[in-house]
Amino acid sequence: MSISLKINGETRTLDADPDSPLLWALRDELGMTGTKFGCGIASCGACTVHWDGVPIRSCQTYVGDMEGAEITTIEGIDGKAAEAIQAAWNELDVPQCGYCQSGQIMAATALLSETPKPTDEDIDTAMDGNVCRCATYARIRKAIHLAADKMEA
Amino acid sequence: MLHLLQKPLEAAKPSRRSFLKASAGTVGGLVIAMLLPRAADAAAGDGAFIQPFVHIRPDNTVVVLSKHLDKGQGTATGLTTLVADELDASWEQVSAEHAPSNPQVYANTLFGVQGTGGSTAMANSFMQYRQAGAAAKAMIIAAAAQEWGVPAGEITVSNGVVSHASGKSATLGELASLAAKQDVPAEPVLKTPDQWVYIGKSFPRVDVKNKTVGAPNTYTMDFQRDDLLVAVVARSPRFGGKLKSFDATKAMAIPGVVNVLQIPNGVAVVAKSTWPAISARDLLDIEWDDSEAETRSSDAMMTELKDMTAKPGVKVREDGDVDAALDGSARVIEADFEFPFLAHGAMEPLDAALLYDGETAELWLGSQIQTIDHNVAATILEVPFEKVKINTLWAGGSFGRRAQADSHPVAEVAFLAKAMLAAGMDPAPVKIVWTREDDMAGGYYRPMSAHKIKVGLDEDNNVTAFKYHIAAKSIIKGTPFEAMLMKDGVDHNMTEGAHDTTYAFPLMNMDQSYQETQVPVLWWRSVGHTHTAYVMETMVDRIAREAGKDPVAYRLELLKDDPRKANVLKLAAEKAGWDTPAPDGRHRGVAVHKSFGSYVAEVAEISFRDDGTVKVEKVVAAVDCGTPINPDNIKAQVEGGIGYGLGAILRNQVTLAEGVVEETNFDTYEPIRISDMPEVEVHIVASNEAPTGIGEPGTPPIGPAVANAIAAGKGDWVTNLPLTKAGLV
Repeated sequence: MSISLKINGETRTLDADPDSPLLWALRDELGMTGTKFGCGIASCGACTVHWDGVPIRSCQTYVGDMEGAEITTIEGIDGKAAEAIQAAWNELDVPQCGYCQSGQIMAATALLSETPKPTDEDIDTAMDGNVCRCATYARIRKAIHLAADKMEA
Repeated sequence: MLHLLQKPLEAAKPSRRSFLKASAGTVGGLVIAMLLPRAADAAAGDGAFIQPFVHIRPDNTVVVLSKHLDKGQGTATGLTTLVADELDASWEQVSAEHAPSNPQVYANTLFGVQGTGGSTAMANSFMQYRQAGAAAKAMIIAAAAQEWGVPAGEITVSNGVVSHASGKSATLGELASLAAKQDVPAEPVLKTPDQWVYIGKSFPRVDVKNKTVGAPNTYTMDFQRDDLLVAVVARSPRFGGKLKSFDATKAMAIPGVVNVLQIPNGVAVVAKSTWPAISARDLLDIEWDDSEAETRSSDAMMTELKDMTAKPGVKVREDGDVDAALDGSARVIEADFEFPFLAHGAMEPLDAALLYDGETAELWLGSQIQTIDHNVAATILEVPFEKVKINTLWAGGSFGRRAQADSHPVAEVAFLAKAMLAAGMDPAPVKIVWTREDDMAGGYYRPMSAHKIKVGLDEDNNVTAFKYHIAAKSIIKGTPFEAMLMKDGVDHNMTEGAHDTTYAFPLMNMDQSYQETQVPVLWWRSVGHTHTAYVMETMVDRIAREAGKDPVAYRLELLKDDPRKANVLKLAAEKAGWDTPAPDGRHRGVAVHKSFGSYVAEVAEISFRDDGTVKVEKVVAAVDCGTPINPDNIKAQVEGGIGYGLGAILRNQVTLAEGVVEETNFDTYEPIRISDMPEVEVHIVASNEAPTGIGEPGTPPIGPAVANAIAAGKGDWVTNLPLTKAGLV
């Protein structure tokens, strides 16, 4: 059936099963492949997008439920927190294979938007759902602190 | 699957001739290579300087072609560093792309075929890519000399600018066209280390920008074309099971499903996009024939392994009569170790895309051993080698998983493409997507293994004899790698890090035994070292305690003939404050291990939570990997290697129940997460030695360092992994 989604500020219409995951609608129907498929069961966070600013797992979110919602993906993310996060990620060379990093950046941006000066505990709580098999975690932590400093500056 | 692939496997064996050709010395190899520009490049040339390892384009961009797969380990940046340094390009103008598949030009000089693995990327490319950069620079200078009418010797290149004292200057891009017409120097002069501008410094990775914006066309999973079909495959739930029959009626009814086709190892659901394919696969009615399948539980397989270690096996090392020496010892320490199957669990599940029109084939995938992938595709599709093209894409991790001897993902997509044409479908690119469950339950694990140790001590607690037996399925026996890697009937991959120990034991004998099972096994970040380092380093700690000696001091006594290993051990101990007491509530453990030519020592500092579980607080590492090409990337690889190894020993295992894999996703095979990650400090030894591996060597020491820290706190060493089995996680 025809479904309208508001993605990165634009209304996009697609023909999809309302019970299909947002992840595959983004990737296959709309060609936005920055949001990654990692596990399909909301255990790894590679598919993280924002729904009205809140990080959600698009592999467990169904397009039929997203009619009218504001969805932001890695391709459309902007604002002070996102810019600080992306700049910090580049400055510290956080990614290795990089496959999880879209999701990491979406989760970290949401964290900084809510909590501009997160503690290590805040970071653990906000980021524990995002797996990085290259284990770039030490740099993710540093980069979030660095981004917080950048936002303050 | 393996049986069906026998023919492709035979074909994939590199011939002696091609091996010799590709390994005929780096300088000669380079020059031959540089005279062979690709036809496609020549066509696209248009004023560009095109050589196999470096392109300089009129827009002043410099592209380095990485013959190695960058799966996160930073190889593309490393190779770019080598070329940019000798060429004196600016860092802003350089970028990297994966090279095409061509073993004559892009062979790993240590393998003889094009491929990445064994932490060899820098080791085998260090001279070759520098020579490529130096040759390009000489040709740029020759072009400037011709253009300006000045002697070449008066021209300098710095930070991408070519200049002469007369005031003339040009960019590399401006001279590219003329440079392409110059003679390729037979022996380009390389810089001396004091002249290096990028090597030894930490310039940013070339791939980070793309990886922070979700750039398209980075990974195979993201490969898209308007006419692309997506397939998922129903494979036997038991290893070695075969398809008996299937009914696709319900699956075919799902909108978007294009076809359901039988292929040698299962049933492929082909759809217009991924979700219909995944959903439809669940609706297939399939019967499997398990008559030749592995139907045992992993517990039963472990029992078999332990039994094997109690009997004599294949001799790996035999210094003398170890049993007599043990009999004559004052005391004997005995230990049995058990290691589980481990999945690689790379973030990007396996995938491969192929377009086959009946005469030519084009592949898109994170190809780790291009030459085998290439041969397997050509053989199955029955087309000549030159009719197959491989586009190597960035891989979302591998840790060994993409380096298969049988190229099974390529074989599968090739069989599917053939089946599609046979079914009357029009030629179209098809991408096989592995779900996480497919990937994790699909085998190719780090082999499970049993280890039996007997160490004899005299009255003064000196080691008199070391007897060691490992039983596991061999990764290389029965594969195309056997001819190259098994020496005298011995699989040294299984015992590396133990049979070649440099600890000065007076007598060491080592045996190995091979388990037969249909469960496919594969190298997993650091291969044999994943288990041998754990055993050797915890045993040395036990012996030190028996002798009442400090673990670092005792190791140094045994390492008098291995100064580089002793050096990293001393450095890590010093930086970790080994000689001062650990902070309250914390315990330290140390391990040092050499793998892939590199030496890594790690000191782990742990605490116990109130519930008795272990928290790894901090790891201090020291590494000697020869000439450091990019120190920050070395640090990143050691940080990641520690995290990867730590996650495995904490709680990872793949188990089988009646032959069926029990852990099929990240809920039951729980990866290390940010809250588990210790603070990591990495110290690099300054060195002028040839560069050695760094993708893997950070992994082996972390397990034993943590186990030794646990023993420092609790008294006992864990010998059965993961730590969850001991209630420590």
